Amino acid sequence: MKKILAIVCVLALAGGMLSACGKDSGGGDAKSDTVQIGVNYELTGDVATYGNDSVNGIKMAIDEVNANGGVLGGKQIELIVKDDKSDPAESTSIEESLMGDGKIVAALGPATSGNFRAVIPIATNYGIPVISSSATADDDITVDKNGNVREFVFRTCFTDSFQGKTMSNFAFNELSAKKAVIFGDTSSDYAKGLAANFKSNFESLGGAVVGEEGYVAKDKDFNSVLTKIKGQDFDVLFVPGYYQEAGLIIKQARELGIKQPILGADGFDSPELVNLAGAANATDIYFSNHYSSLDKDPAVVKFIEDYKAANGTEPGAFIAMGYDLGKYIVDAIERAGAADAKAIAKALAETKEFSGVTGTFSVDKDHNVVKSAVVIKLENGAQVSATRV
Amino acid sequence: MGMITKKNILILLSIVATFAVVQVLRTMNILTNFHEITLALICINIILAVSLNLITGFTGQFSLGHAGFMSIGAYTCALILLKYPTMWGFLAGIIAGGIASALVGIIIGLPTLRLKGDYLAIATLGMAEIIRVIFLNIEITGGAAGLASIPRIANWFWMFFFAVISVVFINNFIKSSPGRACISIREDEIAAESMGINSTKYKVMSFAIGAFFAGIGGGLYASYFFFLKPNLFGFLKSIDMLVIVVLGGLGSLTGSVVAAVLLTLLTTFLQQFTAVRMILYALLLVVIMIFRPKGIMGTSEITDLLGRIGRGKGRVE
Amino acid sequence: METFVQQLVNGLSLGSIYALIALGYTMVYGIIKLINFAHGDVYMLGAYVGYAVTTFTGLGFFPAIIISMAACAVLGMLIERVAYKPLRASSRIAVLITAIGISLLLEYVMMYFVGPEVRSYPDVLSKQHFELGGVVVGVQQIYIVVTAVVLMALLQFIVKNTKRGKAMRAVSIDADAAQLMGIDVNRTISFTFLLGSALAGAAGVLVGIYYNSIDPLMGVMPGLKAFVAAVFGGIGSIPGAMIGGVGIGVIETLVSGYGSSMYRDAAVFALLIVILIVRPRGLLGKQTGEKL
Repeated sequence: MKKILAIVCVLALAGGMLSACGKDSGGGDAKSDTVQIGVNYELTGDVATYGNDSVNGIKMAIDEVNANGGVLGGKQIELIVKDDKSDPAESTSIEESLMGDGKIVAALGPATSGNFRAVIPIATNYGIPVISSSATADDDITVDKNGNVREFVFRTCFTDSFQGKTMSNFAFNELSAKKAVIFGDTSSDYAKGLAANFKSNFESLGGAVVGEEGYVAKDKDFNSVLTKIKGQDFDVLFVPGYYQEAGLIIKQARELGIKQPILGADGFDSPELVNLAGAANATDIYFSNHYSSLDKDPAVVKFIEDYKAANGTEPGAFIAMGYDLGKYIVDAIERAGAADAKAIAKALAETKEFSGVTGTFSVDKDHNVVKSAVVIKLENGAQVSATRV
Repeated sequence: MGMITKKNILILLSIVATFAVVQVLRTMNILTNFHEITLALICINIILAVSLNLITGFTGQFSLGHAGFMSIGAYTCALILLKYPTMWGFLAGIIAGGIASALVGIIIGLPTLRLKGDYLAIATLGMAEIIRVIFLNIEITGGAAGLASIPRIANWFWMFFFAVISVVFINNFIKSSPGRACISIREDEIAAESMGINSTKYKVMSFAIGAFFAGIGGGLYASYFFFLKPNLFGFLKSIDMLVIVVLGGLGSLTGSVVAAVLLTLLTTFLQQFTAVRMILYALLLVVIMIFRPKGIMGTSEITDLLGRIGRGKGRVE
Repeated sequence: METFVQQLVNGLSLGSIYALIALGYTMVYGIIKLINFAHGDVYMLGAYVGYAVTTFTGLGFFPAIIISMAACAVLGMLIERVAYKPLRASSRIAVLITAIGISLLLEYVMMYFVGPEVRSYPDVLSKQHFELGGVVVGVQQIYIVVTAVVLMALLQFIVKNTKRGKAMRAVSIDADAAQLMGIDVNRTISFTFLLGSALAGAAGVLVGIYYNSIDPLMGVMPGLKAFVAAVFGGIGSIPGAMIGGVGIGVIETLVSGYGSSMYRDAAVFALLIVILIVRPRGLLGKQTGEKL
């Protein structure tokens, strides 16, 4: 008897928690005067920085939209934010809970390609558009392995191959580099994608990659590898990865006496890069980015000013990308003319010349964005030039 | 004790009843797809927890490398599934994952199981880290990018099926003569050896069985969650499993099952409390351990409670 | 040759930091047989205390490191009192789970207040570098190694030559017997946590200054590596922790300098397993029986 009682108790408890999980959207019933958007990002766990930055950007954009009267003639936008712990299974589970309720019209995130891939099947199943501002992997994001475009999957960032090619062209043509060393984050698919594309393109241009080294995210000591690199004959050092480690690599490389130019991609974009490296060390640094703080575009200037006023620092790439993502989804809802997932997906696919702070872009037939990059040069920690490529 | 006892019939009935209730609720759509994911995670966590409990709770070998075994099963199954995205591919993948994981368990277990206590813990942790670094750097696993678009073939039925198989198998193993030998090693290795028990043999056996089921858990994970990456199977994953086992009670399969259910539900429930989620989780861990250091069930099983009423009828000592 | 010496310099400064953290692990383990997983996070908090002191009060290196050590000492004792003491009679694995809980708690409470992003440290020490026959040595590296050596010598003196140290050694050998001899076991354990946590605080500030980067999860990997270092040297042994820390630092450096940097962590763990199989108690560990 007791056993059956115990089983009943456990089942009841489980059932109670399960149903509590199901009703947790917080917003209650979808009111006709709000439009709900799901936000599924890495807010804790090992890539929490990217998720938090992206969500801060999204919130900033949506707050502005709501303050200016909302969307579709006065409807307020409500974000339902959930944390996936940087874990793909949690991402899948959250996406189900967001989309299964049938209230959201679109979902944003997660930030990294891997976790984003974990939500794609769910979005496809429900027919609700899902957009990431930073899933940069080339394959298997907007287009599946058989080459079919995924109707409900979008992104607003560069692909790894685009940035890898951009920087290898820049190194070969502008810096006249013939020999490159790659020192990248081996625990990040973004960095690995950049490294592979940089290498193949640099070699096809006629250059040579004379050394390939790796580190893992959250490393702080790069002296041993840099000492090894210092003994090699090379023209540029390419560091695919994020500013947290790149800043320290720049610092330690310059302190060890490595004088060659150091190249990177949009993962470098953060005011912290220079703080970590030290202004004097942040010299002869080149990285591709979406926009430059030298940009005089009033939208960019206003965004940077507003962010500075609210947070005291300049925004990094993830924040700017998140901000654009927020504005972009609002733009698509307006163009769709209704809070309807299918119509929004159609509007997203038909995007022409959307103008955001990270540049103006259109969406191509593969749901990738067509936009140009700038290559920024740092001298003594300051941006001295921005070349559009 | 025969196969058909009142107890076994009751157990069978409650298993079938649990499945039937969930199945009916699923068909009526009271349990949605989202709930099914939670149920799948519960089943996977049950498999991982009972298999770790066999190693740590029953045999007394402190392992911090269970995520390593899980990852071997997951990658093996995923690679087979990507090649043969069918039901047979799925079953073959699950079994192959379990076997691959058990083989690695034996290879690693033979030298390291001579170590004791915390030294074994650090050695198994190191082993799991080595496996992860290898997966991060070889081609076939996709490196840091991982394996994507793995077909989802596992469903609630298969999850439940394998969870029941794991619990029943490990329960029967513990009740068997080799299982008793494992428990005697936990209680006192020197005494066990002087009774003629080959402790290395039984330790490796328990390690291999634990690894086998961890591999199956990993395979199920791969065939349900579309995507694998090496960082999933880091040191924190092993810790998560250990937390379930200790919270349920070292040496109690019922405890592992109950703790797996409760902790998975708790994790899902906390998804909405974005900022304070991990703080709440950590606080709960500390509070539960302080007030219930032996875990929810201690070392007792649900059948013990039944046995207590029947005054030892169902127990063989 | 120059490169090799340069790599040794790199390894020594990295290893000194591991050694400082490993000492805390080894002392706590020696006395209550607990792998104190929260130790790496005490080190993280030490780095943040140092950051706050140097940024908001403008104090220099020495006041910062002393304030940080004091703060971590108090925190360490507090953790022991609140979370570990009620479990003194429970199984060791239960205390271990509590330690993991405390570790997560420290990480995410910190993340709640300061955010997950990395912060750069203010300049408190000279960034000057000089070259000795082709080998670049930074002033900060000298500070790190010297501070580590001084603190370890101090610790060794306390443990070997003071009454408190004697009590610590007595409790670590047999707590019950020590109690019977009139030693206040609880106070001795508190004192051990105080010492270990203070060292972690010092390591936190040193890392903050040297690497110029701190974040709420910075304690996880160094904590794990330092634990490996403690086991490597023979857990429970203070000279063992020093040798283990410096050893792991140098090995890591040499593997990435001369082998493949991608397999650095794997190589460290593989070597650890080999050492444990050959010498199951680590390099300097005592060969005593132990039960889970």
